[in-house]
Amino acid sequence: MKDELIGYYRQMLRIRKCEEKIGWLFSRGLTMGTAHLSIGQEASAVGVIAASRPEDYVVSTHRGHGHLIAKGADPARLIAEICGRETGFCRGKGGSQHIAVKEINFLGTNGITGGGIPVATGAALTAKYRRTGQVVLCFFGDGAANQGTFHESLNMASVWKLPIVYVCENNGYAMFTPSCDVTSVRDVAVRAAAYGMPGVTADGMDVRVVRDVAAVAINRARSGGGPTLLELKTYRFCGHSKSDNGTKYRPREEIEEWSRRDPIANLRRDLLEMGVPEMLLIDIEREVQQEMDLAVEHALAARYAEEEALEGVYAAAEPATSARRIGVLTGAARW
Amino acid sequence: MVAPATMEMSYKDALYEVLRSEMEADDSVVLIGEDFANGGAFGVAGDLLERFGPERVIRTPISENSYVGVGVGAAMTGLRPVVEIMFMDFITLAMDQLVNHAAKIHYMYAGQYSVPIVVRTPAGAGRGYGASHSQSLESWLIQVPGLKVVAPSSPADAGGLLRSAIWDPNPVVFIENKLLYPKKGPVPEGIPPVPLGTAKVLRRGEDVTIATYGRMVEHALEAAAVLEPEGVSCEVIDLRTLKPLDVTTLSRSFGRTRRLVCVEEGTGGVGAEVCSRLAETAGALGGRMVRVAAKDSPIPSAGPLEARVVPQLEDIIEGCLSSLEG
Repeated sequence: MKDELIGYYRQMLRIRKCEEKIGWLFSRGLTMGTAHLSIGQEASAVGVIAASRPEDYVVSTHRGHGHLIAKGADPARLIAEICGRETGFCRGKGGSQHIAVKEINFLGTNGITGGGIPVATGAALTAKYRRTGQVVLCFFGDGAANQGTFHESLNMASVWKLPIVYVCENNGYAMFTPSCDVTSVRDVAVRAAAYGMPGVTADGMDVRVVRDVAAVAINRARSGGGPTLLELKTYRFCGHSKSDNGTKYRPREEIEEWSRRDPIANLRRDLLEMGVPEMLLIDIEREVQQEMDLAVEHALAARYAEEEALEGVYAAAEPATSARRIGVLTGAARW
Repeated sequence: MVAPATMEMSYKDALYEVLRSEMEADDSVVLIGEDFANGGAFGVAGDLLERFGPERVIRTPISENSYVGVGVGAAMTGLRPVVEIMFMDFITLAMDQLVNHAAKIHYMYAGQYSVPIVVRTPAGAGRGYGASHSQSLESWLIQVPGLKVVAPSSPADAGGLLRSAIWDPNPVVFIENKLLYPKKGPVPEGIPPVPLGTAKVLRRGEDVTIATYGRMVEHALEAAAVLEPEGVSCEVIDLRTLKPLDVTTLSRSFGRTRRLVCVEEGTGGVGAEVCSRLAETAGALGGRMVRVAAKDSPIPSAGPLEARVVPQLEDIIEGCLSSLEG
């Protein structure tokens, strides 16, 4: 139990320190495009993914660095991608909002708000059709909960009883707009009733709570019970992207109140109260800092991606497929 | 060599037979779309729901964007979904998943995933369905890197191109023409694949090259037959695949005739692309190019009105004659 929590502490810290690096790289002009940081929201990524298995799929959002790291992606290659280097996960073609890592079943961060929801639902369709036992974790924000894809996909997943957990990370703001100004309900999870699936609203600032509610939803999905809509109330401690610092459209008192609920600081306090020696945590903090220093070093040592701009627009037919298809054709001639 | 045996078959039946044989041969092929209980709105899927069951013939709610997206996610994870959009007009509802997801995933994720999805959809006017059920929107789609766009005119090509589209590892928008569904023609036994990206010269000629596709092919052939006794020899090229365009076949013909008439049911964007590509290769030789396309108007419902908006045989003949002037 204690070891698990220490593991979560390390993972959340890795996300935060990695994103602090990304913010620093941005301020130095070393990143490509913008970056949407999830600082403050780490408990959601770590808690949900901790409750899943390596073979489960993750579909993420524009704010996806935390999901990537929690799922096991190498921060050096993540940073390289954001900095336009050829060692990046997508060789510089994707950038922050378009990163997939196939070897860990990470189906992609996604630049279209709500765009990943149908894609995740399709992955769940495959899992059910092939009876693979995989579950899909579909992350999106409160903004995406107002897209048509949310309604369309949750309806289909419910009708087809797909193995998927819809995780709404509700940080209260769709970019600069308070959710409550543009959303019909206070808790997105109550919409689950409209789709005939369970809806759960939970504290997204406590990794233990997140892990527990996610575990229930994931078990339900894996055992054939169908989808769940999980809403995690959370807060970003920074701006929407690197173009704002998040203070103009959010009241100071609100920011201060939420910062007292920092998932990392609070877990650290609790671990100390549970008797975990502080030296152990300091060691973890030093290791994580070193890891991220090295990750930046490795990323920036790589060359800028410039060779493959026009390659890979289309996939080439696999020879194995073609050979199998010749058999198909002979069979097809029967009618 | 013995010529392969052929049989008479309708455009719709050729599509059905390819769907059936592909589903039989490969359990990763699944259908996704609306109203399969009756074979789909135009009945192309026939009895496939009864044959293969609801797990493989997946009936969706009326949620075009998300069920195309479901096809994208399923394709990324190992299936080969053939998705049906009931009328091409409704593809507008699915543009995000088609353009921002299906077309880009292979490239932007650096080849880690591919999206072998076919989106079948009937296009075209001629049935009085009016403005929201008669459009030919392919010219938008040919501007999207990562998509392939196919539009067959005959039963043999409908079947053969559909087979290639299902085998292709890329997203293919497969445009059927609703007036062509009942048309019959010779189809080679086994319905072998027709390679994507190859145009077909349907009629040889010396004076004018008519480039067209879909339902306009039969009108182009009629126009050529009408003009022949008048001393105008037309070469008719069926583009078959609109993206990637077979520029080689087009420029070989245009290189001889120096006159091009591009005929389409849409508002002229495919012709714009064909003419530009040929203009770029024509060099100093130049030549004359004419587009015959729908007028810049929504498509009206009443037959006589519709005929003034959508190209007719006379428009093609006129186009050919005007290409000969000057």
